Amino acid sequence: MIKAVMMMNTQGKPRLAKFYDYTPVEKQQELIRGVFSVLCSRPENVSNFLEIDSLFGPDSRLVYKHYATLYFVLVFDGSENELAMLDLIQVLVETLDKCFSNVCELDIVFNYSKMHAVLDEIVFGGQVLETSSAEVMKAVEEISKLEAASNSISLVPKSVSGWRGR
Amino acid sequence: MGSQGGFGQSKEFLDLVKSIGEARSKAEEDRIVLSEIDILKRKLLEPDVPKRKMKEYIIRLVYIEMLGPDASFGYIHAVKMTHDDNLLLKRTGYLAVTLFLNEDHDLIILIVNTIQKDLRSDNYLVVCAALNAICRLINEETIPAVLPQVVELLNHQKEAVRKKAIMALHRFHRKSPSSVSHLISNFRKRLCDNDPGVMGATLCPLFDLISEDVTSYKDLVSSFVSILKQVTERRLPKSYDYHQMPAPFIQIKLLKIMALLGSGDKNASEIMSMVLGDLFRKCDSSTNIGNAILYECIRCISCILPNPKLLEAAADAISKFLKSDSHNLKYMGIDGLGRLIKISPDIAEQHQLAVIDCLEDPDDTLKRKTFELLYKMTKSSNVEVIVDRMIDYMISINDNHYKTEIASRCVELAEQFAPSNQWFIQTMNKVFEHAGDLVNIKVAHNLMRLIAEGFGEDDDDADSKLRLSAVESYLQLISEPKLPSLFLQVISWVLGEYGTADGKYSASYISGKLCDVADAYSSDETVKGYAVSALMKIYAFEIASGRKVDVLPECQSLIEELLASHSTDLQQRAYELQALLALDSRAVETIIPLDASCEDIEVDKELSFLNGYIQQAIESGAQPYISERERSGMFETTDYHPQDHHEVPSHTLRFEAYELPKPSVPPQASTELVPVPEPSYYSESHQPISTSLVSERESSEIKLRLDGVKQKWGRPSYQPTTSASSTTQQAANGTTSHSDGGVGSSSSKPRSSYEPKKPEIDPEKQRLAASLFGGSSSSRTDKKSSGGQKPAKGTVNKPATVPKENPTPVQPPPDLLDLGEPMATTVSTMDPFKELEGLMDSSSQDGGSNDVMGLYSDAAPVTTTTSVDSLLSELSDSSKGNSRTYQSQTSKGPNTKEALEKDALVRQMGVNPTSQNPTLFKDLLG
Repeated sequence: MIKAVMMMNTQGKPRLAKFYDYTPVEKQQELIRGVFSVLCSRPENVSNFLEIDSLFGPDSRLVYKHYATLYFVLVFDGSENELAMLDLIQVLVETLDKCFSNVCELDIVFNYSKMHAVLDEIVFGGQVLETSSAEVMKAVEEISKLEAASNSISLVPKSVSGWRGR
Repeated sequence: MGSQGGFGQSKEFLDLVKSIGEARSKAEEDRIVLSEIDILKRKLLEPDVPKRKMKEYIIRLVYIEMLGPDASFGYIHAVKMTHDDNLLLKRTGYLAVTLFLNEDHDLIILIVNTIQKDLRSDNYLVVCAALNAICRLINEETIPAVLPQVVELLNHQKEAVRKKAIMALHRFHRKSPSSVSHLISNFRKRLCDNDPGVMGATLCPLFDLISEDVTSYKDLVSSFVSILKQVTERRLPKSYDYHQMPAPFIQIKLLKIMALLGSGDKNASEIMSMVLGDLFRKCDSSTNIGNAILYECIRCISCILPNPKLLEAAADAISKFLKSDSHNLKYMGIDGLGRLIKISPDIAEQHQLAVIDCLEDPDDTLKRKTFELLYKMTKSSNVEVIVDRMIDYMISINDNHYKTEIASRCVELAEQFAPSNQWFIQTMNKVFEHAGDLVNIKVAHNLMRLIAEGFGEDDDDADSKLRLSAVESYLQLISEPKLPSLFLQVISWVLGEYGTADGKYSASYISGKLCDVADAYSSDETVKGYAVSALMKIYAFEIASGRKVDVLPECQSLIEELLASHSTDLQQRAYELQALLALDSRAVETIIPLDASCEDIEVDKELSFLNGYIQQAIESGAQPYISERERSGMFETTDYHPQDHHEVPSHTLRFEAYELPKPSVPPQASTELVPVPEPSYYSESHQPISTSLVSERESSEIKLRLDGVKQKWGRPSYQPTTSASSTTQQAANGTTSHSDGGVGSSSSKPRSSYEPKKPEIDPEKQRLAASLFGGSSSSRTDKKSSGGQKPAKGTVNKPATVPKENPTPVQPPPDLLDLGEPMATTVSTMDPFKELEGLMDSSSQDGGSNDVMGLYSDAAPVTTTTSVDSLLSELSDSSKGNSRTYQSQTSKGPNTKEALEKDALVRQMGVNPTSQNPTLFKDLLG
């Protein structure tokens, strides 16, 4: 099972963090900091894997990938394959690339909720849901379309009584 | 879609992100974030916030919370937003609550109703959003509220919904297996779903279910195999391809499941072997994902019953991994090697140089993985090289977590495979020196016991040599600054017991060293306690052997300082030492006999030596002893000694953590502990004690064996009856290659297996390779050295055969730390002599020590001498107990001790690792 997905920039600022088991905010911060301090001390051209029992408990592994100014990090347990997780990061990045045409750090910052939408299509409740970036794109586009539609229909949304009435 | 398309944010948000991004320091960032929180708090309280604005505020809140501060003031607004009809708002609301709330949060109750409604929605996106929220927000209590709808959704027409419904159900199963136990059949049903994606999603819960209970899914083996076959034959739609591989994630999950089902199952393994062979042929090893599948195949093959052909294919794949330039693949290769090595040990030999390269790689992850491999392939012949390497690495790293792990591995390997006792002690010294505060305290006790009990069966000479070498090494180390507390305890104990045993070092030299220790580590009371006790032993041995003792001035000042110590434990030790110095040699000899830490202690459980005293007391009008049952509620009438008597049983509890006898404890010995002699009763009535005893015994038994142990290298599951003789050979083998490999001259004896392959390899590496791997093929030197190893073998059994620790549980030897009564008697020999007075009739009114000593020698009435004798024997017993107590008190001592240690640890942790991160963070931000 995947325990967490994180994105952070090369200065250690979190850009997106999703923990699939509830983790209190302080703990999240601690983990992000811990992961970052390990990542930034790793030399170039080494493996993308880390055994990270000290932060996430026994049998935790971490796979990361470094793109430009961003680290993409997946934390998971023994029931996943490291190389496959590395490809999952690839899937995520490919999808984001398609979404934002050449994704950069700013896209991720400014499209916070869309980021989550994409991620939710790929990883669901800690399990890999979809690995085809085309399928993910389709789903996300459909969401945007419907959202846009529902937006235009009720630009002035029903008042509070609307939902209370039912 | 543009980069802002559909998810447009306001300028304020943009500015916020920008200003945070440009913040120069953590403090500046905090200031920005806090002011943003103020703004949001104010805005959220405004009446009639437009919904779109509200949505943005929520997003800003989520963002803020990701940066650290608490945003709980806005949670309720996020919850409200989930109620909205607008899909965009609803999704934002769900997103926010899944990130904000945990499943036990109070606000969840407000959401459950909305989720229920949304699960029934016509819009599948709403359903998906609700399913997504379910995974995070539903706990055991609320599962029943949504379960019916989720089960219904398993048959939804949209496959995306079916997929998510399965995942949600899986999540429920993880959270509370009992709540969905009746629905497990649904997973099987969904395995046959028309949509391959849904089928793939079903594999996740099935993997969990199968790892819990393999047997009830054996019938699915052929289904899984046929699915895998179809996938590899590209029967799935093209859209499931990833980098030209057909549905790789499904393949990986299937292989994982097959590994579970095939382990130890001949039938299943045979069914699988076909498709596994195909996979090896088809897999494209040029892509990352292809290698992922290859690795998964290797893993699967290492789990199912071995098939020579598949093993060969797996070995080929591994060698490809290891030869690759990618560190990731090397990592996978090392991992695969570690798995295969259990089945076919020779496979490592082909890859020895690659393994050594990995060991010297700058990549820490790879290095650790390689150490894990080495740990798995350790045997007597290469233990020295491996453990040396491990210790070197251990010294070089700062990560306390991993340091602890590798230290405990070193200890385990050393205890299991140590080729010689000398080496064992040296290794342990190194581990203690560099990671002393991280290793288990038991390890220290094992080491002390090993030194005390000796290694040879009857070879006292070897024992004393060993002790001397231990003492010498400790005297060398002792002046090093900043030794770990645990190590100092060991050093002090050994110096106390054996420092002067050989006569090589004078008592004043050793005691000076011990004083230095106590001075240098004056904040560590445990170490001080050990040091004082060691001093006491040194002086006792001196007095007993009739030499004149002159206490060094620094010792004297130490004793005086401790007499006024705040720690009652230290105080008591100091008083005891002071008392002991004033006794004559005979008394001292009985109190602290030489090298008696392993002696049995016979305890007069009936306290018969007190009979005379009691008799007298009764005669002079005292109340007779009333047993506990009769006495209930009248404590004030009981006098001192009967109470003492009655407390004995409760004290016996502490014995569990004492020395660790063999499991084959003759019950008759332990019956002494309990009035009823049946062993069954013993085990029943003392369940908690005896079980822990046994488990500890077992663990110690495993640890302390120096040979004759099950060899890690072999294949235990298929050759369960490895004869004792073969293991002896193994051990013997170890010593020989130790003699050549250890010195580093093993290249003089080259092995044909690697020599011709790569002549251009660095000779240094070759030597290392030879010492790591060479041993496996050298079985011809067995017989020569078997003689030398014999004594070591005897040691293994020594602690076992003699149930020496057994009688100890009968009465608690005094524990210095808790000021038990028996100890008080030891002290009282010196000063008040109240008890002796009582025993001695009224003949000695003054209670002067001379009188009493006179009584010891002769001229006492018959009745009293017997009682004095028994008292004396009791004294000596209890003192023996003491010397043992020093050895093992830490594990059985009262909590103060643990608290002390914990405190020390905490202090240490506080200084070292945690402080590192914040500053690092700050630097980066600055």
